[in-house]
Amino acid sequence: MKNKLIAAPYLVWMVVFILVPLIMVGYFAFTDKEGNFTLDYVADVAQYSQIFVRSIWLAAIATVICLVISYPLAYILTGFSKNTQSTMLMIVMLPMWMNFLLRTYAWMTMLGNNGIINTILGFIGLGPFKMLNTEGAVVLGMVYNYLPYMILPIYSVMVKIDKSVIEAASDLGCNPWKTILRVVFPLSLPGVMSGITMVFVPAISTFIISRMLGGGGNLLIGDLIEMQFLGNAYNVNLGAAISLVLMVIILLIMTIMNQFDNDDGAVLL
Amino acid sequence: MNNIVELKDIVVEFDGERILDKINLNIKDKEFVTLLGPSGCGKTTTLRIIGGFINPDSGTVMFDGKEINGLPPYKRNVNTVFQRYALFPHLNVYENIAFGLRVQKVPEKEINKRVAEMLKLVNLVGFEKRTVQRLSGGQQQRVAIARALVNHPKVLLLDEPLGALDLKLRKEMQIELKRIQQQLEITFIYVTHDQEEALTMSDTVVVMNGGVIQQIGSPVDIYNEPENAFVADFIGESNILNGLMIKDKLVEISGREFDCVDGGFGENTPVDVVIRPEDITIVPPEQAKLCGVVESVIFKGVHYEMLIDAYDYRWMVHSTKAADKGASVGLSFGPDDIHIMHKLKETEKSEEEVPDEE
Repeated sequence: MKNKLIAAPYLVWMVVFILVPLIMVGYFAFTDKEGNFTLDYVADVAQYSQIFVRSIWLAAIATVICLVISYPLAYILTGFSKNTQSTMLMIVMLPMWMNFLLRTYAWMTMLGNNGIINTILGFIGLGPFKMLNTEGAVVLGMVYNYLPYMILPIYSVMVKIDKSVIEAASDLGCNPWKTILRVVFPLSLPGVMSGITMVFVPAISTFIISRMLGGGGNLLIGDLIEMQFLGNAYNVNLGAAISLVLMVIILLIMTIMNQFDNDDGAVLL
Repeated sequence: MNNIVELKDIVVEFDGERILDKINLNIKDKEFVTLLGPSGCGKTTTLRIIGGFINPDSGTVMFDGKEINGLPPYKRNVNTVFQRYALFPHLNVYENIAFGLRVQKVPEKEINKRVAEMLKLVNLVGFEKRTVQRLSGGQQQRVAIARALVNHPKVLLLDEPLGALDLKLRKEMQIELKRIQQQLEITFIYVTHDQEEALTMSDTVVVMNGGVIQQIGSPVDIYNEPENAFVADFIGESNILNGLMIKDKLVEISGREFDCVDGGFGENTPVDVVIRPEDITIVPPEQAKLCGVVESVIFKGVHYEMLIDAYDYRWMVHSTKAADKGASVGLSFGPDDIHIMHKLKETEKSEEEVPDEE
């Protein structure tokens, strides 16, 4: 009874700010402007399938790059002394304290045709290369912005792995490489999974990164949704339908990922 | 029998503190050796040197006649049972035991056979598919032993493996471990701070303190012929008194002269005298050289433990018959109950007081 009382404010919060908006998204997605039931808008989403594919593709690439960078970093971090570890973590999180727009804007000035990178390359007789307004720039922006969300969960799981288990692996004949493969990786899988979720989900629905670094040519789902609500294409019902489809896609992908996680870790090897 | 492990002049220092001070130890093949000492005495460090987890600052580690300094654990023909088991939480019982064999790429059929053998050896048949989290402490212990033994190591290292078990289970596992060791004819090097455990299982006991080996010997030798007051005090209960060796086979304790069986200490040499509580008999005062007053009587189950105040020393006496508290009694013991030993050097004595680090 007491527990229920304490939970009450959260319950109210969840109903008001999560459940009700969700129902409203669903309502708008399945109705037309007069409020009559229709499947037209959901069906309309199909014509944007190219944008969906691009969004999933770019977010997936960014997630994989984040993982490839973060995993060794997190592993190396756990080997340092406690003090060095917290300093390094600070440095990892430092960019997160800066405004998101500013961080992304900074990349615009660096990647532009007259940007810092092309200027430096110009001195040694290279370029200029077109870097801004490409898919690569969008992926770079995603990796740069979401990298800490991959490092932190992996690190926090890894740092909890019992050192004696690592010693046991070595004792039973594993060289350092095999120890990572057979023990550290399976045990850090939960961290990897939440890292992937925390990078992939915001990356797939971002609109600022693609707007600033991708130019007009690399529209993502986020941009599409934004256009329906704030842009010239104003169409709340279509926007809601797109959001709903995106949600279902993310849900599907995450379910598949979790299926992986529940399996015996050794299967992945 | 050959020496399987030899440690020569091993020195280990952490942050300028000497953990091991010139350890010399030879361990024979197929022997059950126990490293015994209080926590912080360097016994676990010694074990970890043999396992390859620590490299000594100086000295030589020999294994089967070859120097193995600097050889990583995964290249050593030694397996360890860790203090808190260190089982792999992501693998079930079967896969935990099979781990070492899989790493060596042993064929599946052979793995099957050897894991089954091990499960039988440690009485865990039927537990193959269990996750290790769902095992009791004793069962986890058995998995840890099986996981190490399945690789057929020449030497098994055990780091206080029974420390987390309750008394009854610990006694059972002591007998079990001894049985396994004799059945497989493998060298066991066992670390413990529990003297009873050491005496029960070992062929040889190595008593350590302050990073120095105090005595090496069979359990009977260690108990009956402790080399110094530390060993006497650590192994069982003892009365340790200041004595004066007047000449060979004659010692003065509390101002009285007693015949004893030890010699070779010179004349008028100060010595430590150890008399075990169970070797003292309580007799009427007129029949004994030493008399005292009974201060306390505690029932201990098998015997009574009495403290008897006599000539500024509080004697501990174990007897199946209780004396009355406050009564005057005589203390009697024979010449071979008196153990004479050299006084510890002052430096070694101070090290006994170093607080436990573990």
